[in-house]
Amino acid sequence: MDWQAFRVSLSLGLWTVALLVPVGMWAGHVLATRTFRGKAILEAAVAIPLLLPPTVLGFYLLTVFSPRSTLGALFERAAGASLAFSFPGLVLASVFINLPFVIQPIQRAFEAIPADVRDAAACCGLSPWQRFLRIEVPLAWPGTLTAMILTFAHTLGEFGVVLMVGGNLPGETRTLSIAIYDRMQAFDDHSAGIMAAVLLVVAVATLMTTTALTERLVKRRG
Amino acid sequence: MAERTLHVTLRQNGPIPLEVRFTCGTGDTLAIFGPSGSGKTTVLRSIAGLYRPAETVVRAGGETWSDTAAGVWVPPHRRHVGFVFQDYALFPHLTAAGNVAAALTDRPRGEREARAEACLAQVHLQGKASRRPHELSGGERQRVALARALAREPAVLLLDEPFAAVDRAVRRHLQDEVAAVRRSLDVPAVLVTHDLEDVVRLATHVLLLDGGRVVAHDTVSALMRRPDLPGLVDAAGPGTVFDAVVHRHDHERGVIELAFDGGVIVAAGAAQAGTRVRARVPARDVILATSLPDGLSVQNVLTGVVSTVAAPGEHDAVMVDVAVGGLVLAAEVTRDAVRRLALAPGRQVHALVKAVSIDVSALASTPPRS
Repeated sequence: MDWQAFRVSLSLGLWTVALLVPVGMWAGHVLATRTFRGKAILEAAVAIPLLLPPTVLGFYLLTVFSPRSTLGALFERAAGASLAFSFPGLVLASVFINLPFVIQPIQRAFEAIPADVRDAAACCGLSPWQRFLRIEVPLAWPGTLTAMILTFAHTLGEFGVVLMVGGNLPGETRTLSIAIYDRMQAFDDHSAGIMAAVLLVVAVATLMTTTALTERLVKRRG
Repeated sequence: MAERTLHVTLRQNGPIPLEVRFTCGTGDTLAIFGPSGSGKTTVLRSIAGLYRPAETVVRAGGETWSDTAAGVWVPPHRRHVGFVFQDYALFPHLTAAGNVAAALTDRPRGEREARAEACLAQVHLQGKASRRPHELSGGERQRVALARALAREPAVLLLDEPFAAVDRAVRRHLQDEVAAVRRSLDVPAVLVTHDLEDVVRLATHVLLLDGGRVVAHDTVSALMRRPDLPGLVDAAGPGTVFDAVVHRHDHERGVIELAFDGGVIVAAGAAQAGTRVRARVPARDVILATSLPDGLSVQNVLTGVVSTVAAPGEHDAVMVDVAVGGLVLAAEVTRDAVRRLALAPGRQVHALVKAVSIDVSALASTPPRS
């Protein structure tokens, strides 16, 4: 069992969720409540990571992360290290590929709030910001929770993009799923089996938690 | 008082055509009545600032909420409206008290709970403060919505089909509840409805809307006697609407005596003495006579003077107004009857009204102010 890889996977998952939830809340809310030119195109763009092969995604991400690109150069000047094949780069890649997993469920959750409820909140004297925090976010919470858990689970399991963008640096970019692949290549079926079982347990636990939490929320609201 | 009157002017060609202009005084309840798609709800939403027509002037509570020409637009959360939505629109994640307190965010935290409790008590929901909307019945939800609307001490009360989602039995109860709340707030109220009973029981004035245009705007009694207004009087035809007080309830005869401005009229029904009621006499159920035969079954023989005789309308029916004391009673008779009885202004006649022809509903609203 590669505990170091387990730690990398865990912190990658947590960082991804932490960075994506505010982004998803904002984007999901905008997409759910406003109409603007180019909205359909934007919605399609959000779904791109779902459709592209991980290698293609990885290729483009590496291109953007390279010190020859603006983003890569900026990061290197600020951090003194390359974005490619680094943990921050991995987090950034993970945030990007998980965009649809976060934005879409949150958008649906915001869309499910009846227009009258929003209007009633406005007529109660709540400012747009207060409406968002006190009414919309709590009502969209089940959808948001699903998005968070899905993203976390998806990040733990991601393989292709991680391998392309992060490589296989122990303690930096070697996640559990990469470690499994690594062990299999070395004919170490035993270690690979243990790690696979750990991921399986995490996946099942995630699913059960989501179901239980959602059920409780739904029961409370009728 | 006058500066707290609600002034509304709305105008636009599309997508929802609007050509509306009216005022509503404090204490008045204006019912906006009309077929679906006539723009009733749009008018209400425009007052609240939830909809922005091309041209709008809304003044309420001494403030200007919108004035297109002057470039004024106050967003909905800064307008002091109490809005009761058709489907309640309660916040499902908050308790009844939480729903009401949500309308009190401009008050100090310490005051909110007490004020929310007081508002719930006003709609007789004490003891249900900690229930969530899904644990309440339809009628109870509507009362929470009502409590939430009155919590802010609104400058205008807006009610959008407030009884549409509840059944008949609950409806009566809610109408009384709305009327009681209405009395506690000395503000203009606008009620959107397509139910004649709501109009008769709650409104002081009616605005008839069709295709976004005002077809008629007058007091309830004035509009009810007009034969030319489709929609409003479709069901029962034109008639006379007047307010009265139950003078006596005669259990034995199964009738109530109603004291009105001009005498006493007997109607079938039951009500406690002292109850204020609104009565409606269909014009086609009023018989006119110049002399009376013996042995009449009819309970009411009202003697009065013809005030106007309208030109013949559809089916040769003629509307004849008879002044009985302060009440002007409308009678629908044939052109032939007008000729035979020589009905003309100034002629003394007897108006015969059967007790069972009179619709009586306990008046829920504040009386019309003249």
